Amino acid sequence: MQQHQTHAELAEQFNRDINRVNWHDQTLWMVREKRDKAAQQVPDWEQLRETASQIKNHTLAHLHAYLLEFEQQALANGIQVHWAADAEEHNRIVHRIIQEHGVDRIVKSKSMLTEECGLNEYLLQQGIEVVDTDLGERIVQLAGEPPSHIVLPCIHWKKEEIGELFHQHLGTPKGNADPDFLTRAARAHLREHFMMRRVAITGVNFAVAETGEFVVCTNEGNADLGAQLADVHIACMGIEKIIPKRNHLGVFLRLLARSATGQPITTYSSHFKKPGPGKALHIVLVDNGRSTRLGSDDFRNALKCIRCGACFNTCPVYRRSGGHSYHTAIAGPIGSILAPALDMEKHADLPFASTLCGSCTNVCPVKIDIHQQLYTWRQVLIKNGHASSTKKAGIQLTGMVLSKPWLFRVSGKVARWIMRTFPGLMNNRFNPWTKQRELPMPPKQSFRDWYVNNRSHD
Amino acid sequence: MHIGLFIPCYIDQFYPQVGIATLELLEKQGLRVSYPLEQTCCGQPMANSGFEHLTADCSKNFIRNFERFDYIVCPSGSCALHIKEHVHDDQSEEKAVSIRKRVYELTEFLTDVIQLKSLSAKFPHRVGLHQSCHGLRGLHLAQMSELVAPKYSKPEQLLKLVDGLELIQLDRQDECCGFGGTFSVFEEAVSVKMGQDRMADHLKNGAEYITGADMSCLMHLEGLLKRDNSSMNVIHIAEILNSKA
Ligand code: SF4
Repeated sequence: MQQHQTHAELAEQFNRDINRVNWHDQTLWMVREKRDKAAQQVPDWEQLRETASQIKNHTLAHLHAYLLEFEQQALANGIQVHWAADAEEHNRIVHRIIQEHGVDRIVKSKSMLTEECGLNEYLLQQGIEVVDTDLGERIVQLAGEPPSHIVLPCIHWKKEEIGELFHQHLGTPKGNADPDFLTRAARAHLREHFMMRRVAITGVNFAVAETGEFVVCTNEGNADLGAQLADVHIACMGIEKIIPKRNHLGVFLRLLARSATGQPITTYSSHFKKPGPGKALHIVLVDNGRSTRLGSDDFRNALKCIRCGACFNTCPVYRRSGGHSYHTAIAGPIGSILAPALDMEKHADLPFASTLCGSCTNVCPVKIDIHQQLYTWRQVLIKNGHASSTKKAGIQLTGMVLSKPWLFRVSGKVARWIMRTFPGLMNNRFNPWTKQRELPMPPKQSFRDWYVNNRSHD
Repeated sequence: MHIGLFIPCYIDQFYPQVGIATLELLEKQGLRVSYPLEQTCCGQPMANSGFEHLTADCSKNFIRNFERFDYIVCPSGSCALHIKEHVHDDQSEEKAVSIRKRVYELTEFLTDVIQLKSLSAKFPHRVGLHQSCHGLRGLHLAQMSELVAPKYSKPEQLLKLVDGLELIQLDRQDECCGFGGTFSVFEEAVSVKMGQDRMADHLKNGAEYITGADMSCLMHLEGLLKRDNSSMNVIHIAEILNSKA
């Protein structure tokens, strides 16, 4: 049995505050609209997506070779390269490096990989304090929550609530919710941490095989600041972040920020190639289920993801259920096809948290067939026994009725008669359809009955 | 040209007038149309719930009923799409493949196959068009708002042929209504909220009717409108196109 609450249950709770749902939906819809505008300004947008998709497909088909090429180049540049088979090994490697430098406090800029691996909690257990330096991440960290969106981690927080949070944690005046003021306060607070930390962790957006360099994209410049001020920079990346050539960045950087926020490009696209004088640069390459996915024809291409978040912003379900209802580090449509591979039991509900509307697939800059994979995951989950028994019995009965024309006709007639004669029977609060909706008024005659009476049939 | 009329199970049972309008509309174009009496359902509700492996008998029944027709026409985008993408027959797959190629949703059949240019229909009302997702993003009945590509819309093209009809513009051109088959029951809260937002968009922009090429979305919206005692109504596009001049 699932221990935690399901997406449907958490979403229901989220929907109890209608104003918040409306605000959340509209805020994210605005981001989707910005994305549309930015995309419309690039006449060859669809071709750009196709190119990005093909580069990624090619890279995945030759991932082994590109990873080795990257390692070789990175080593030649003086970067120390580590390989981690899973989240646990990744966390141990990072901890060991921190320990070697005798440090107990570090700064970290945004990295969904470290969220996926649960690095913060792990380091905390080892007595190491982690300060997230991305403003949004810092906000959710102060609040003791995981991010609710991969690009906009605190999108579920209103500015008044952030004002109150800062009042409690950073001592800003009560009631001040001016975004500029709060940002300055956070900056001053983070500066102190930047100055004192000797180890900085960053994520990686793209790792270039031909040069052994990697690129980190941020809007706040916090990755650079952290990495430049610290003696030791640890960059953590999933093995799918590789691209073959430097000039491929010309494709991906154009797509990433436009898809994410509608900006033409992220404010900072920082290239890291070798450690500064007297400093150390580490890179940890993490598998954590990725090579298994690589072997799956149905689910492989989810590895193309560049974590732009566009599928979140367009998803009508995500906008109305909030990131935390997905109970996984990466929420939204892409999270719903990634998570079941890591733990099928725990995340069996997620591929069903969708209407299969397909908007995610259309905005995805690397053309992942997200809604097809949601559909395919449903088939896999049901075959593996992850259907609640009521659902299964209902569907099996439906299957039987619909494959037998006479049974279909009799049961349709009986059902319509019951609905007409005893409307209260179906229209009660235990029927989820009628909690907030009416049932259709059942007609006396089905179309078939009408046809038999009104047309000669051959 | 002999057309097999494929009437989805829930239209047969709950919305016979949509089936009748579809049939009459096709007959008015001088087409020979038959409704095979032993048809049931395409199997989509099961497949979308993860039970595609239980739909083999549905598929076989479908093929048995429709293999003799030149075209198969259906007044529902999602059912037509399901046939196009998922009908198989392990004993004679070539039959299934041929069926998949001959299935058309009603509006695309009218614009693409018989290339309907005029219509004697009158519907003097303000109408909002709800683009159902499977028809839109699966069958490409209209251009999708996410893509950078030329605009077109097959249902709109047909609605423009109707006398007196005023098509209203929506704030969100093609947002999902939240029906999603069993999603409407298992994710009741989000499903209802999506439907209410869709309704509100139509209401705000002055629609008297919400129309569309998929009755299942309209059934969900109708349920919400009725609970709200709203004066707005839903109507299937076939009913508008078949309305008397
Ligand atoms: S799946 Fe596509 S749209 Fe979603 S985050 Fe990844 S790259 Fe962006």
